[in-house]
Amino acid sequence: MTMLKEQLKQQIIEALNLVDVTTFDIQDDDPLFGDSLGLDSIDALELIVLLDKNYGIKLTDPQKGKEIFTSINTLADFVEKNKTK
Amino acid sequence: MEEKSRAAMKPVFIQESNMITPLGYNLDQNFEAVYNKQSGIQPYIIHPNLGTHNIARIDDKSLPTLYQSLPIENNISRIEKLAITALAPLFPEGKKASPHSLLILSTTKGNIQAIANQNITGSYIPSLATNIANLFGFQKDPIVLSNACVSGLMALSLAKRYLQMDLVKEVYVLAVDEISIFVQSGFHSLQALSPDPCRPYDKNRKGLNLGEAAVACRVSTEKKNDSIRIAGDANINDANHISGPSRMGEGLYLSIQNAMKEALIQVKNIDYIVGHGTATIYNDEMESIAFHRIGLSDTPLAGYKAYYGHTLGASGLLETALLAACMRKNYLLPTLNFEHIGTSQRLNVITNGETHPIRTALKTASGFAGTNTALILTKE
Amino acid sequence: MPFISNYIQIRNNKVYKNGLLLFENSAVDFGTFAKNLYQQIGIVYPKFYKMDNLCQLAFLAAEIFLQENEEKNVGMIFCNYEGSLDTDLKYQQLIQDPNNFYPSPAVFVYTLPNICIGEISIRHDFKSESLFLLAKKYQTQYILPYTEYLISSKKSEKVLCGWLQMLGTNYAASLYLVESTGKIQHCESNIETIISTDNTNDYA
Repeated sequence: MTMLKEQLKQQIIEALNLVDVTTFDIQDDDPLFGDSLGLDSIDALELIVLLDKNYGIKLTDPQKGKEIFTSINTLADFVEKNKTK
Repeated sequence: MEEKSRAAMKPVFIQESNMITPLGYNLDQNFEAVYNKQSGIQPYIIHPNLGTHNIARIDDKSLPTLYQSLPIENNISRIEKLAITALAPLFPEGKKASPHSLLILSTTKGNIQAIANQNITGSYIPSLATNIANLFGFQKDPIVLSNACVSGLMALSLAKRYLQMDLVKEVYVLAVDEISIFVQSGFHSLQALSPDPCRPYDKNRKGLNLGEAAVACRVSTEKKNDSIRIAGDANINDANHISGPSRMGEGLYLSIQNAMKEALIQVKNIDYIVGHGTATIYNDEMESIAFHRIGLSDTPLAGYKAYYGHTLGASGLLETALLAACMRKNYLLPTLNFEHIGTSQRLNVITNGETHPIRTALKTASGFAGTNTALILTKE
Repeated sequence: MPFISNYIQIRNNKVYKNGLLLFENSAVDFGTFAKNLYQQIGIVYPKFYKMDNLCQLAFLAAEIFLQENEEKNVGMIFCNYEGSLDTDLKYQQLIQDPNNFYPSPAVFVYTLPNICIGEISIRHDFKSESLFLLAKKYQTQYILPYTEYLISSKKSEKVLCGWLQMLGTNYAASLYLVESTGKIQHCESNIETIISTDNTNDYA
């Protein structure tokens, strides 16, 4: 799972144009949508596209997305269980 | 200086209009259709990856017959054909535009479909405007407004201002947008589309349906029996977020306030509001807050997007043309698909059409980039 | 009668304010140039990195003007020929192939030219009148009187106007600020000079 988490961090940084952020800056259990990364509603939608494109997971309920995107840990858990790619 | 201030006081009126929509090819046909609670929204698959969506498309089958009687070349784009067809009846019997006439074109994406076929040049919107302006004999360069979904309404604001500046004697406002995979896929990725026909202001609303339309209006300073006056107008940004409206509806609130001030009217004078009502959670909620802040919670309110879907750059003009017709007939068109209010502030959303004097009406629109436009329309 | 108080021209990776070279970063692409200019200006605004090219260009040009500005009622009138085509083409790439179909909401929200007005409004808290026009050439004949109308009617205290070209490697920004005081007459010939990409003087 460590590799998946690392991969997710890298993908998030690229997909969301998080300049000046490295994978070291994102802690596994930090709230992704807290203050540190400054993510907004469009970023949340962009993460949904990321799940589809990189892992073949189609998320149709944005409300469910809120739980899944709580932290890298919850995201990695979800991806591990649901990925089709 | 004196002449300028006299011109600034000159009242400006919406005169005749025409529209090509899924519900008809002129104003009368459209009014009759919405009066009878018809909707142009139907399930349709526009792209295999997007699934079935409720959209309001103009039926292409009947259009070629219409084109035959018009100066329409075969090889022009569909959107240009729709635009010409909408504008043509405003130039009856080969009449051409006068030297002091101005064309204002409002569209959000124009012929964006062209880029899917590597036809980049064909997508340039100024060319679309120039082609149309040349066809109808306009001598002034056209103005093209691309201000997201308020464009159709803002174009009327702009027309009024140019007439009051005495720079032109007459303005033809033309607003058009068509359904495209480009736009549909984009709104889909924003999760802004409703799987069902949209429900403006309703507590079970799930998002918008896209639509298409081509609408044309003539605006000038002559007062005729049917003329509807643009008494006040304002276009104020939220300065909040590029795709979500301000939580306090600040830009819309300021726009309505400024328009009312210019029109010298108070809340109690407003007989009818036609809002933007896209049926997204955020837009309709924001409108309820802005209307509440102004004091309009009890004023009869309707949203027309369950008849036509969201026609983007055409919506402001389409809905205003219908509103003008309502004013002439003293009839309040209701909000189709509305059952129960679903906004934090009270709104008086009307669900049944009713005969009611309309001396003053408010039309609003909001859009991406935090844009807002408010127009006050009066009979005198 | 209002005046042009300041003007900014950005082209060929050079930034000129009132005709004087302020910054240059040649031989890099626009994206790199923009990032370097952003760092040079020295503000902290992470949203900058999410913006598309047109918005970054408009944002940076406006930022140079507005560093000492305290006025909140600043209107904006921008014009270009291609609209948001630079981003439209990038978005189209994401949906062109049905077997590789991943429309991006972050890209889609920039497929409207007036978004750059939104970005500047958000940054500076401008709740004001604004307009984005599309035309083959800057429409001074319409923009000049409209600017004066906004100011004389007090709908705007100042108006930021200009041309914002952005398509691939071809970009140019020519913005000017119109207000009640200033050294440059707000007239057609001066506007045409500022907008023209032929004659940027390099005083450095």
